[in-house]
Amino acid sequence: MTIHIPSALRSYTAQQSEVPVNGATLAEALAALDHRFPGIRFRIVTEQDRIRPHIRIFVNDMQLHDLSAPLNNTDTVYIVCALSGG
Amino acid sequence: MKASHAPVSRGAVTLLIGTRKGAFTLKSDQARRTWKVSPPMFLGHIIHHVVADPRDRRTVLMAASTGHLGPTIFRSTNAGKSWTEVTAPPAFAKVPESEKGRAVNHTFWLTPCHANEPNAWYAGTSPQGLFRSDDGGATWKPFSYINDDPQYREWMGSVQDGTPDGPKLHSIIVDPRDPRHLYFAMSGGGVHESVDGGKTFSTLVKGLDVVEGFDPTTVTFHDPHCVRLSPSNPDRLYQQNHCGIYRFDRPSNTWVRIGKNMPKKVGDVGFPMVVHPHNADQAWVFPMDGATVWPRVSPDGKPAAYVTKNAGKSWTRQDKGFPRANAWWTVKRQAMTNDRHEAVGLYVGTTQGEIWASRNEGTTWTCIARHLPEIYSVEAATFGR
Repeated sequence: MTIHIPSALRSYTAQQSEVPVNGATLAEALAALDHRFPGIRFRIVTEQDRIRPHIRIFVNDMQLHDLSAPLNNTDTVYIVCALSGG
Repeated sequence: MKASHAPVSRGAVTLLIGTRKGAFTLKSDQARRTWKVSPPMFLGHIIHHVVADPRDRRTVLMAASTGHLGPTIFRSTNAGKSWTEVTAPPAFAKVPESEKGRAVNHTFWLTPCHANEPNAWYAGTSPQGLFRSDDGGATWKPFSYINDDPQYREWMGSVQDGTPDGPKLHSIIVDPRDPRHLYFAMSGGGVHESVDGGKTFSTLVKGLDVVEGFDPTTVTFHDPHCVRLSPSNPDRLYQQNHCGIYRFDRPSNTWVRIGKNMPKKVGDVGFPMVVHPHNADQAWVFPMDGATVWPRVSPDGKPAAYVTKNAGKSWTRQDKGFPRANAWWTVKRQAMTNDRHEAVGLYVGTTQGEIWASRNEGTTWTCIARHLPEIYSVEAATFGR
C-alpha cells in the first residue's frame, strides 16, 4: 500500500510525499513506516497507541480511529495534520 | 562567601533561546557588548527549553513539539551546529487498553545530571512526568515512582488544575555535592526531594502559602513557579511561587516568605527567579501583575527586576534601561537566566520577543534582540574548552 506523508512529516522521509509499506493493519503499516523512518510514528501516535488529537488518518476516503483497523495491499493511507492555531 | 559550585567563566556567552515559533541563539563578543542573533532553528516548532551540557561544553538538547505532531527532543553534539532527533523521547509507560493512560504533550524542562554522571539528563514534561536519560539524551525512561504512583497522580491533579497550556513538572535540580540528592517542582503539585537518586521522594511544602481559602496541607494546591538552588551554598534554595517569593535553608525544613519584604504596590508574584552563582545572599525576581484576573504583565506596565543582596531581607528595584511605561510584557519561568562571569550577566526574554541583558548584575539593562517570537526560555552557555 501507499502512505501519503504530510509536509510536516517529510523531514523524516527525505521529503518523499508517498511511501510504499506493507502491513495487514494500520498498526502494522505505521510500524513498518517507523522501521524505515525512525521516530515518525511517535509524532503521529501516542505512547498509549492513540492517534494524536490533531492528526487524522484516512484509508482511501474513510477516516480510521483505531490502529487495529485492517488494511489491504491496494489501500492508500493518508496522514493529515489538522493544522490550527496561530 | 563560600566556594561556588559554579566556577567563574569569562569571554563570549551564547544564549540559547526557545520560542513559540522555533529556537534561536544570540552570541556575544568577548566583552558581552555586541550580540548576533542566529537564523531560526526548527522554525514553527514550539521550543520549550534549550539546554547546553556544562560537562562536555558541546552537547545541547532541545525540547520541541508542534501544534499537531507529538513531542520530541533534538540533540546536537557540536554546540548547535547540527541536530538529530533522539531515538526515544520521553513517553509514559503504556497501560492496558482498558485503562486511561497518559501521553506526553511536550517536554517542558531539561536538566543535565551531576558532573559524575556525564551522560545522564533529567526531563520534566506536561502533563507532569519525570524522565531520565543515561545516554546523553538519545533515549529516555520514565520514573514510575513519580509518574504512576497513585499519591503523586492525585497531587498532580487534572489538566484543569494546571497552567493554561498544561500542568508541568519543572525545576529539576541535582545537588552539585551528591547526584542522589534531587529536587523537582510541579505546577501544580508542590516541591519534592529525593535523597536516594529518585527511588523515593518526599514533599517540601511546609511554610508555603496557597490561594486564599484552600488548605496548605493539601499538596495539590501548591504551585511553585520556579525553584533554584544556590550554587555557592547548595543548602539554600529560593523559590518564586504562585503565592510569593521564598527562601529555604537547611537544616530547616520550612520555607520563609521573603517576598513580604517587596514593595506592596509591586507584590511578590512572578514566574522566574535567578540566584547569583557566587553569592548565596543575592537573587533576582521579575515581578508581574497577579491581581484580580492575573493579567500576567509587568506591574503598571513598568518592567523591572528586583534584587536582594541580603537573602531576602530587602529588595531593590532595577529598571534602568527598561521602558519607563506602557510595556505590557512579562517574563516566563524559564526566560530569565544568568551567566557565571565575575560581574554576573543577567538575561531576560519577554513574551513580546525581546531579549534584554545586563552586564552589571542588573544595574542597567539593554535590549539586545527584538522581533523574535514569544520567548519561552533563555539559557546561557559557554562552549568549547
